[in-house]
Amino acid sequence: MTATAAPPGREVGARGARALVDLVFRARELSLLAALAVLVAVTAGVNGNFLSGQGVEDILLNTAILALLAVGQSVVVITRNIDLSVGSVVGLVAFVTGDVLARGAGLVPAVLLGVAIGAACGLVNGLLVSFCRVPALVVTLGTLYVIQGLDHYIAHGRQINAVDLPPALLALGNGAVLGVPYLPLVTLAVMLAVGAYLRAYPSGREFYAIGSSPEAARLAGVPVRRRVLAAYLLSGGLAGLAGVLWLARFGTVVGDSANGWELLVVSAVVVGGVAITGGVGSVYGAALGALLLTTIGSALVVLRVNPFWQQAITGALLLLAISVDRVLAVRVARLLRKGGRR
Amino acid sequence: MSAHPTLALAGVSKSFGAVRALRDVSIELYAGEAHALAGENGAGKSTLVKTLAGVHRPDQGMILLDGEPVVFTGPADAQRAGVAVIYQEPTLFPDLSVAENIFMGRQPRRSLGRIDRAAMRAATRELFGRLGVDLDPGRPTRGLSIADQQLVEIAKALSRDARVLVMDEPTAALSGAETARLFSVVEALREHGCAVLFISHRLDEIFALCQRVTTLRDGQGIASEPVAGLTHDDLVRRMVGRDLGALYPKQDAALGDVALRVERLTREGVFTDVSFEVRRGEIVALAGLVGAGRSEVARAIFGIDRWDAGTVTVAGRDLPPGSPTAAMGAGLALVPEDRRQQGLVMEMSIERNIGLTGLRSLRRGVTISRRAERDRAADWAARLRLKFARLGDGVGVLSGGNQQKVVLAKWLATEPSVLVVDEPTRGIDVGTKAEVHRLLSELAGQGIAVLMISSDLPEVLGMADRVLVMREGRLTAEIPRAEATEESVMHAATRRAA
Repeated sequence: MTATAAPPGREVGARGARALVDLVFRARELSLLAALAVLVAVTAGVNGNFLSGQGVEDILLNTAILALLAVGQSVVVITRNIDLSVGSVVGLVAFVTGDVLARGAGLVPAVLLGVAIGAACGLVNGLLVSFCRVPALVVTLGTLYVIQGLDHYIAHGRQINAVDLPPALLALGNGAVLGVPYLPLVTLAVMLAVGAYLRAYPSGREFYAIGSSPEAARLAGVPVRRRVLAAYLLSGGLAGLAGVLWLARFGTVVGDSANGWELLVVSAVVVGGVAITGGVGSVYGAALGALLLTTIGSALVVLRVNPFWQQAITGALLLLAISVDRVLAVRVARLLRKGGRR
Repeated sequence: MSAHPTLALAGVSKSFGAVRALRDVSIELYAGEAHALAGENGAGKSTLVKTLAGVHRPDQGMILLDGEPVVFTGPADAQRAGVAVIYQEPTLFPDLSVAENIFMGRQPRRSLGRIDRAAMRAATRELFGRLGVDLDPGRPTRGLSIADQQLVEIAKALSRDARVLVMDEPTAALSGAETARLFSVVEALREHGCAVLFISHRLDEIFALCQRVTTLRDGQGIASEPVAGLTHDDLVRRMVGRDLGALYPKQDAALGDVALRVERLTREGVFTDVSFEVRRGEIVALAGLVGAGRSEVARAIFGIDRWDAGTVTVAGRDLPPGSPTAAMGAGLALVPEDRRQQGLVMEMSIERNIGLTGLRSLRRGVTISRRAERDRAADWAARLRLKFARLGDGVGVLSGGNQQKVVLAKWLATEPSVLVVDEPTRGIDVGTKAEVHRLLSELAGQGIAVLMISSDLPEVLGMADRVLVMREGRLTAEIPRAEATEESVMHAATRRAA
């Protein structure tokens, strides 16, 4: 059974398996980039304006908020949970921070308030999921509606107008440094920090362990509940930050901003290669997924395709991503089974 | 040897619902001593292990660490106290690498507190070197054989430099050479002052490795004594404590036609070229170690998993692969290994569970008749002597043995010609166990062909007309009742004398 006794053919097969596994783990990011390149090339070929400064900037700005949410969501999904409340949190935070800013609050306290509101929502989700053991789908579906209701109650039909907001905030939403807008830079910084944490720190790896096998994680002494709670706190906090960015970007908000975005975020995460069953994926993939979905949206507008198709294409892409995952998983499982030892 | 045992249980009791898994059990593990825990399946060994590991908290009694009472609120507490456990079932993270599985939570660090992957892989290689294992530290554990998974578990426990090493059947899936290496490593740890608790069904391993042995029977401690001076027979008598023959009453039945024929059945990487037949009135046991592929064969026969090659014939008709509906239609019934997950719908009542396999026959018009369902359940409950309060009670309140009877009732109600039972008496108390055996024997007497998968050797030897043995996905022996002994079966299952 040891490799010394294994026939040489088996060695080669096993090495092939290893290489394939490595490839699969990197393949998602690479194929997303390839799809993105093809999409951009084709669209730019049809309409040169697509790659104009303004076009690219719009895509980056639109991606920034979705990708930020996707980063938080992927941490939750990696632990084999889901957070459907993020869209509502963005709406609530955008309105509440807009309200306090319009009343003359400072920018920094407003940002902190937004993040704190998001984290508080995440705390509720996290406590219910991890300590009360209610399934995440039900908990966050419930908080989705509760937070939305709260948002409507506070807004009460009012609207926040850009003219009432401090110029510093609007500059954050629309300004740029060396031609690159601030918002994508914020998202990029968050993504790199979270990605490095998940990859290089023991507690970060525990999120993957929990999603890969909750029972094994418990037996290995991983503080499962605390980590799941932390995932929801992060997702909520980032949704709060995204709410502030939403306000900065659009200036004018009513009571139901980002309504329905939770599903877009989950789509981006899954297209980005984070397994909905947990344990697999990266925040980079999730952010790339968000970039791809946003770019498709913009490309369809440029190509004058009926906006109806945008949703259909997002859905088709989702199904494709999941099918590819499934086929690859079966292939890899078979190869690993045959390969056995090194 | 220090005055206090490194780790001890004093008068520990633990119940799960109506089942009393441990009753007033004490055990003392001393530094530098290898202590064996012996007992039949269901005697409470795994519950004791999980109590030491901090997974279960005792209902009564205490855990003593260096003579001081401690409370383990979870596995992390026990690990901090220096207890490392190798569980019977490997508990790995399939998506993570072998090295990460071993060092989860204790990864070597480099600057800024980041994980030092190179050091982690090197440490893994060093551990594997000690164990003589050749596995790639970077590959994911998904797809590893049970033996390799077990070796990863062992490496994980060794990497903890534990004061107490608990091993729950670590050798069940290992080859002779791997077992020998494991023993030499454990021996070295013990000489360095580690306290070892060792569980194995192979008595010769207990005699080879251990200095003391504690025997459990039905959740109670029977004896705790030095190994020196004991014989195999002494130990078996303490474990069993009763006459084997009386408990396993397979009656002779007239053998009829071949009811189930399996020919060259293969599922790639899982089992290969499995051929056998079962006649009406016959009980055929499928023996072998955990992970030998027995349950997988049963799942394939019943159509849960597809097979890649071969045929399954029931009463002369070939079954299509991958269709439980066709299997049921042909007269097959499968009582699965894990009754809580696969055999029962725990949230539903007794009558609903029994009714599940016959929803069509319970129809009156387009809807299910509640009365027909209740009649059917009452009928089978009486025939199987089910102990229950009301048929409308959830199956969760029943004891393990009575739950198993509900699963049997559910399948017998389909009037099968072939009954496949996977570990029919695992975790069932002795009395009910005898009843299940009586029932299987009666069913065979009525002309049903029974294929019984069991890891319980006395059960296999007592019940089976023929014993098929699997090892690493292949049938390695077919032993008629007259020649089946513990030695002959274990030999075929492990390729070495038991």
